Amino acid sequence: MAVLETFYDVMRRQGITRRSFVKYCSLTAAALGLGPEFVPQIAHAMETKPRTPVLWLHGLECTCCSESFIRSAHPLVKDVILSMISLDYDDTLMASAGHQAEAILDEVMEKYHGNYILAVEGNPPLNEDGMYCIIGGKPFVEQLKRVASGAKAIISWGSCASYGCVQAARPNPTQATPVHKVILDKPVIKVPGCPPIAEVMTGVITYMQTFDRMPELDRQGRPKMFYSQRIHDKCYRRPHFDAGQYVESFDDEGARKGYCLYKVGCKGPTTYNACSTVRWNDGVSFPIQSGHGCIGCSEDGFWDKGSWYARLQDVSGFGIEATADKVGMVAAGAVGAGLAAHAAITALSRARHKGDDTQ
Amino acid sequence: MSTPQSGPLSDSDLKGTNLDGQAAQALRARRVTQIYVYEAPVRLWHWLTAASIVVLAITGYLIGSPPSTLSGEASSHFQMGWIRALHFMAAWIFTIGFAGRVIWGLFFGNAWSRELFWVPFWKAEYWKDLLDELLVYAFIRKEAKTTIGHNALARTALFFCFTLTGLFMIVSGFALYSDGTGIDSWEGRAFGWVMPWLGGNLSTHYLHHWGMWIIILFVMIHIYTVTREDITSRQSLISSMTNGYRIFRDDRPD
Repeated sequence: MAVLETFYDVMRRQGITRRSFVKYCSLTAAALGLGPEFVPQIAHAMETKPRTPVLWLHGLECTCCSESFIRSAHPLVKDVILSMISLDYDDTLMASAGHQAEAILDEVMEKYHGNYILAVEGNPPLNEDGMYCIIGGKPFVEQLKRVASGAKAIISWGSCASYGCVQAARPNPTQATPVHKVILDKPVIKVPGCPPIAEVMTGVITYMQTFDRMPELDRQGRPKMFYSQRIHDKCYRRPHFDAGQYVESFDDEGARKGYCLYKVGCKGPTTYNACSTVRWNDGVSFPIQSGHGCIGCSEDGFWDKGSWYARLQDVSGFGIEATADKVGMVAAGAVGAGLAAHAAITALSRARHKGDDTQ
Repeated sequence: MSTPQSGPLSDSDLKGTNLDGQAAQALRARRVTQIYVYEAPVRLWHWLTAASIVVLAITGYLIGSPPSTLSGEASSHFQMGWIRALHFMAAWIFTIGFAGRVIWGLFFGNAWSRELFWVPFWKAEYWKDLLDELLVYAFIRKEAKTTIGHNALARTALFFCFTLTGLFMIVSGFALYSDGTGIDSWEGRAFGWVMPWLGGNLSTHYLHHWGMWIIILFVMIHIYTVTREDITSRQSLISSMTNGYRIFRDDRPD
């Protein structure tokens, strides 16, 4: 096993003296409400516990996950990437570029083989041998497989890496494929959302660094602590849903009063995410609070599941736009008319044989 | 029963006899036979299920397309709450009834009580009866043979449109119910596999909605055919599901 850089190493490298380091440990113990006897323990942990190296790859994506990540407030993203983890490669955040950047990737992979976390933003397109997404002159799918081979665990950032997202919407011309369908031999943590909430992203990393294990995952591989409840379950407009008070159109009285957005297509009741509790931008707001229904961006295939402004999914294949209810009612009408006609013929045929009781 | 005459008696046959002037119809009275087919638990289950389907279809439709918005304070209404509560209560009645009906059919009931759980597609007789019954409904054949339980067509429709669809509604319904109770609830543990299998939460809603329409169409056809058969066929239908007895109006061979 390669020697990993510890917190102490990083501090010493940044010019902090041993004396300052011990002072820092004392202050940390005091801040945590611990007695002086814990100072050596903290110092020991800082000196021995390695910072987890993280390699962050970008495939077919829009970088909205990174944009969200750098806005994390609790914890601040600078604390995450400068103190908690060792973000060794992230081509959109790192200073170096070109050959220099790719060299770091190889170096980390070799030095920390089997001990680094691979974070993937975006997904690999598999069509035309992966030619739709080229990183450093090679298809992204090759880089992904190469880096994944030595990773301890993989984090799939966002709906792209978790499910495919917009580039995998029908007919998916580039055959964009979620990470867990390409990398089959490593544990994958899905953090879906387009983008995921900043605090959810840093929360997952903080958990893994603090407890040195993967967070508990649900059946679909999402961390239970953020994805086990629907937006609907903790929505502050839920009382209006239960009461039967809805926004019927975006300019009506109900919209002004902040009624439930169920009838204008809110996907809160079918979407598992933490938006209604954690909210966005340091807890300022979330889509429903600003008057627009949830579009279900953290659900599998949300691009292909009908309008964002209708509650019922459209039926495709009828040539016209119709909901299950419209088709069902037409079918019920047709069956009703058919039965009436059948009854009429039955009555006629019986009338012809009236009195003929051998019938 | 064979009659001594080559054909049915008509009024003219009575001419010159001591019965001249009387209607011949009374002389042609037939022996009426009956069999106890639908046992009490089956009848009770039938009507409880019928009532729960009515409630489930109405409330289910309203969950998908809620009534117009209500004015006033949210605290003074609980409309959607009640609609959903009724849906869940009726769903429990439907589910427990379904389970009870399976147990009754498998362990306690008579041979006819098991008919709706499978279709004997490996028997040539089944296909022949199915074709005959279809021809009767197409007005090509004049009359069908009598059956003590369900005829082949009725059994097929029951199996696919009620039994299988009903089972799908129970499974998808509890999967959707686990949305509210949480993934760690027993509903989530037992039925959590359903939604990923059906293509997600929204797709499960969508297919559950389709199931409702299949059952509505089945109920329409069911009510029409039992009424029609009760009037035109050689056996009783509607009263059989209230008193349990299948009454045969003639005892001619098929």
